[in-house]
Amino acid sequence: MSRLNIQKTYKLYIGGKFPRTESGRYFTINDNKGNLIANMCLASRKDFRNSVVIARNVQSSWANTTALNKGQILYRVAEMLEGRKEQFIAELIAQGETPANAKTEVLDAIDRLVYYAGWSDKYQQFFSAVNPVSSSHFNFSSVEPVGVVAVIAPENQSLLGLISVIAPAIVGGNTVVVLASETKPLTAISFAEVLNSSDVPGGVVNILTGKKAELAGQMASHMDVNSIIYCGTDEKLIKSISELASHNVKRTIFYKKHDWTNESCESPYLIEKTQEVKTTWHPTEI
Amino acid sequence: MQKNKDNSMFKASWSYNEAPESTDHIQIKKKYGLYINGKFSEPINGKYFDTINPSTNEKIASVAEATFEDVDAAVQAAKKAFESWSKLTGKERGKYIFRIARLIQERAREFAVIESLDGGKPIRESRDIDIPLAANHFFYYAGWADKLVYAFPNRTPKPIGVVGQIIPWNFPLLMAAWKLAPALAAGNTVVLKPAETTPLTALKLAEIIHESGIPKGVVNIVTGAGETGATIVNHPDVDKIAFTGSTNVGKYIQKATAGTGKKLTLELGGKGANIIFEDAAIDQAVEGIINAIFFNQGHVCCAGSRLFVQESVADIVIEKLKSRMDTLIIGDPLDKNTDIGAINSKKQLQTIENYIKIGLNEGGEIYQPDCKLPKNGNWCAPTLFLNVSQSHRIVQEEIFGPVLAIQTFRTIDEVIEKANNTPYGLSAGVWTQNGAKMFHLTQKLNAGVIWGNTFNKFDAASPFGGTKESGFGREGGLHGLKPYVKFD
Amino acid sequence: MIPNLNNLPVYDTTGVNERIARFCTRSIKASSKVEGLKLALSMIDLTTLEGKDTTRKVQQLCYKAMHPHDTLKNIPTVAAICVYPAFVKEAKKALHGSDIHVASVATAFPSGQSSLEVKLLDTKFAVDQGADEIDMVISRGEFLAGNYQYVFDEIAAVKEACGKAHLKVILETGELDTLDNVRKASEIAIYAGADFIKTSTGKIQPAATLPVTYVMLHAIKDYYLKTGKMIGMKPAGGISTSKIALQYLVMLNEVLGEKWMNKNYFRFGASSITNDILMQLVKSETGIYQSINYFSKD
Repeated sequence: MSRLNIQKTYKLYIGGKFPRTESGRYFTINDNKGNLIANMCLASRKDFRNSVVIARNVQSSWANTTALNKGQILYRVAEMLEGRKEQFIAELIAQGETPANAKTEVLDAIDRLVYYAGWSDKYQQFFSAVNPVSSSHFNFSSVEPVGVVAVIAPENQSLLGLISVIAPAIVGGNTVVVLASETKPLTAISFAEVLNSSDVPGGVVNILTGKKAELAGQMASHMDVNSIIYCGTDEKLIKSISELASHNVKRTIFYKKHDWTNESCESPYLIEKTQEVKTTWHPTEI
Repeated sequence: MQKNKDNSMFKASWSYNEAPESTDHIQIKKKYGLYINGKFSEPINGKYFDTINPSTNEKIASVAEATFEDVDAAVQAAKKAFESWSKLTGKERGKYIFRIARLIQERAREFAVIESLDGGKPIRESRDIDIPLAANHFFYYAGWADKLVYAFPNRTPKPIGVVGQIIPWNFPLLMAAWKLAPALAAGNTVVLKPAETTPLTALKLAEIIHESGIPKGVVNIVTGAGETGATIVNHPDVDKIAFTGSTNVGKYIQKATAGTGKKLTLELGGKGANIIFEDAAIDQAVEGIINAIFFNQGHVCCAGSRLFVQESVADIVIEKLKSRMDTLIIGDPLDKNTDIGAINSKKQLQTIENYIKIGLNEGGEIYQPDCKLPKNGNWCAPTLFLNVSQSHRIVQEEIFGPVLAIQTFRTIDEVIEKANNTPYGLSAGVWTQNGAKMFHLTQKLNAGVIWGNTFNKFDAASPFGGTKESGFGREGGLHGLKPYVKFD
Repeated sequence: MIPNLNNLPVYDTTGVNERIARFCTRSIKASSKVEGLKLALSMIDLTTLEGKDTTRKVQQLCYKAMHPHDTLKNIPTVAAICVYPAFVKEAKKALHGSDIHVASVATAFPSGQSSLEVKLLDTKFAVDQGADEIDMVISRGEFLAGNYQYVFDEIAAVKEACGKAHLKVILETGELDTLDNVRKASEIAIYAGADFIKTSTGKIQPAATLPVTYVMLHAIKDYYLKTGKMIGMKPAGGISTSKIALQYLVMLNEVLGEKWMNKNYFRFGASSITNDILMQLVKSETGIYQSINYFSKD
C-alpha cells in the first residue's frame, strides 16, 4: 500500500525558535529537473533586525560561557550531526550534489566542528601575550570576541561552507546571524535543528533564508553588528558591503574560497578574524 | 569625609621662575621640501604652507604642499624600492631600523624642542615621553625584522607592498614611529604624511632616515593637508593604508578603499571612561584623573574624558581634584615646569571652546582653576564639567581638549553599562583596590586598552588600538606586526 | 579615640613614584631657588644624635645654628637643634637670646624598646631640662603586630607628658614595610595628639624618602579636611643636598600649599645639608661654584 510522504516545512531559525518570516513571503527551491523541493521562507529586513537584537542580547552570556563548556557544546553539535548524517547527505544530493561529494562534505563538516571544538580552550593562549613593558606594570594582551557577526554563507558546499565560517566565530564567543546559501538553503535549516538539539543556547546562531540582494545591504549597514563575513566573489557586492560597513567601522571579512574541504579552512587564524585584542595594564610595585 | 574648608587653603604660593629649555642647538630650516626617493625636493606645483607655533601663533617654517604628482612620485619610488627592500634579509633590514632608533636617541633633545615648538606640548612630555617612546618603538620593531616567522606560527608572513600612512598632530614623531617601525620591519615601503599643523619632527625624521643610509624610496615623507591624504588613500598603487585620526575621516577612508583590495588599519577617536570606585586609592586616582584628561592638553584619542566617580566618594574626589588642578602650571610649552601647553591650532581651540559653550548651555556646572593664560597663542584652561549625564553632548562626543565630564554612579552594573554606552571603544581606566572587582571590570569594559590603577601608559611592547568605532588593528607589541604582513 | 583604620586611602609605589617624578622634574631657578633655599635653611632641625656627643659638640652646633654663615646677609637661622635629653640644658643655655628651639629625642630613642614608664620619665626629663619640642618614636613592633591601640595610647600618654612642648612622632618608616602602613601609622599618631609627624630616627635605612613623605602629607591634608586642624611634617635623615631639599619643598608646595610653607609646619631633620644650602646661596649671589673649605663644619 502506498503511503504519502510527510514533507518537511523549512522555516527560519531565530533565538532558538523556528518562526516563519514575519513578512509571510516565500521562495521556491527546485531540484535540477525543475521539481519543487521546498518552499523557503523569504526573510525580510525585519527578520534580520529581530535576529540581531537576540544575537546581541545573548552575546555576553555566550562569551562568558566557559571555554571548556563552549568546546563541549561544539562537540555535541558534531555528535548530533554524525547521528543525522544520512539525512544531510540526502538533502545535499537533493540540492544537486553527487552522492560522493555529498558524503565527503557531511563527514568533513562533522570533523570541522570537532576541530574547532578542540580549539575552544586553546586559541586564547595562542593569541595572547604578556608584554615586557619598560615600567613597573604588569601588562597583558588577550583576545575577546568582536560581538555580533553577520554572515553571508557560501553558495556552494552549503553545509560545510556554513559550518566552516560560523564554527570559528561562535567558538570565539561571538553570536552570528547567517544568511544561508540562496540556492541551496535546505541543509542550513536542517543544521539549525541540529544546533537546537545540541545545547547551543538560543540566539547564538540565527539562520535566515532569503536573498542577498535584499539583505546584504542591511547586514553591512546595521549599526549594532560588529563584523560582517561575506563568502563569495561578487566584486560589486564586496565593494558595497565595504562601503556600508564604514557607517560603524564594521570589520569586514571576505572569503573567496570555492573549496571548503581544503585543510586551509581549518585554522586558529580564522578564529582570530573575529577577535579583538584587549591590553590591560596594572602597577606592580607595592 | 566631609567638606570643611575650601581649596584655597591649599593654594601654592611659591611660584617657580621661568625655566625655558634652550633652543640654541636647534636647526630648523626656513623651508622644507618633500622627501621622495631619497631626496628633498620642491613640490611640483611650487606651493608651500606655513607651520605655526601654537603658543605664539608665529610662523616657524614653510612646508611643501604635495599634490597628486608629488604623491605619485613618492608612491612610484616606494613601489620601485619595494622590489629590493622586500628581498633584503630581515637581518639587514633590522640593522637600518636599529640605526634610526640610535639616531633619534642621539638627537633626542633637538626633537623634543621642535616637537614642543611646532605642536605646543610641554617640553616635559616631549622630552620624557614622546621622543624616548619613538626611539623605543624603532628599537622594538628592529628586532622583529629577522624573526617574523616566530610571530605567526605555521604561516609564512610576507610584506604587503607600498603602505600609505597618515598620522595626526597630537603625537607627531611618536605616531610616525608607530607607523614606520613595524612597516619597515615587515619589509614594506612607505609613503607617510604627517599632519599639516605639525610636520616638522617628521621632516627631521626624514633627515635621520636619510642619514641612516636606508635605500632610497623605502621611506617617503610628503606633507600637506587633507587633500594630500586623500590622494594617498586613493592612489591605485598603494597596497595598504594605515590611518590615525578622527573617526569621521576613518569612515571616509574605509568607504574610499572599499572594493579596492587595499588593506586597512584605523586608529580613531575615543571617549574613554575613567572609573573611580569608593575603595580606590583616592590620592592616586586623583593623579590618574589629571593624567587621563590633561596629558597633552587632552589631545589624546585614548584620554579619560568621561569620569565616573562612585557617589560615596564623589565629594572628596572632586574636592581633591580641584585642589590638584589648582597646582597645574599652564603656559610656555618650552618651560620645563609647564604642565599644560598650548592648544595645537586655532581651529582646535575653537572646537574646544565651542564644546565648553555647549556644556554651559546644557546646564553643566563648570570648574576652571584661577590661572592666567598667555595673551598670544592658543590656550585653554583645564576644565571640569559637573552635573552632566550620558545625554549631554560633552559626555558623548570627543572634544580632544582638556575638558572632563564628570558623572557619579552607584553600582558596578550601572557604571559598566554607562561606560560601554558609547560608539567608541578605545580605552578605559578602573580604580579599585579590590582584585576581583578590578578583573571583573577589565573583562566587562569594551575597549582595546584598559588601565587598572593607572592611565595613559604607552610602551613599544604593548599593543594599542580600539574596538567599535575607535578603529581596528593594533600598534605596538607582537600584535602590531600583523597589520603589515600578508599571507598566501 | 583611635580612628577607623580600615577605610584609609591606600597607595602603590608605582603610582606614587610617578607623582614624585613630577615634583623632581620641576626646574627651580634664580630668585625662586634663593627663596626656596632660604626657606629650607629656616626649616632645619640641626641634629646630632651620636653616642659620642658631648657638651662641647652641642655648643659648637648651637653656634652654627645661630650663625650659619655670617658673611651672607639676610639669611635665616635654622629652626631648632635636635639632641639627646642629656644635652637639652646646655643647648638651651647656648641658644639663649635666639628664637631657635631645642628639640629632644625621647622615649628610648631610637628603638623605643622600653616600658611606658621609662619612656614617660625620659620625656618628662627632657621637658624639665627645657626642651621646646619632643621627638618620640612609636613602638614599631607593637604596630606591626597589629596592636594599634597600644601604639595610640602610648603616643597619647607621651603627649600628655610633654605639657607645653610640641610633640613630633617618629614613625620610623624604614621599618614599616609598606606605604599603606605609613599612612596607618600617620593616622594613629595624628589622632593620638602629634603636633608633627616625622619619618625617621636616622638610624635605620631607608630614612626619609619622597614617597613616604608624600603619603604622610596626604594624611595631614585629609586630617585638615576633616577637622580643620593643621599638623606639621618632618622628614629626617637622608636629605643630604639642597637639591633634594628643594624637591621636598616643591612637594609641600603642591600638596599642602603656602600655609604649611614655614618652620611651624615643616622641618628637615638633617645636619650636613646646612652647608650645602649655604654654598648654593653663595653661588647664587656670586655666580661662582663653592668649596666646602669656606663653610664651617661643626
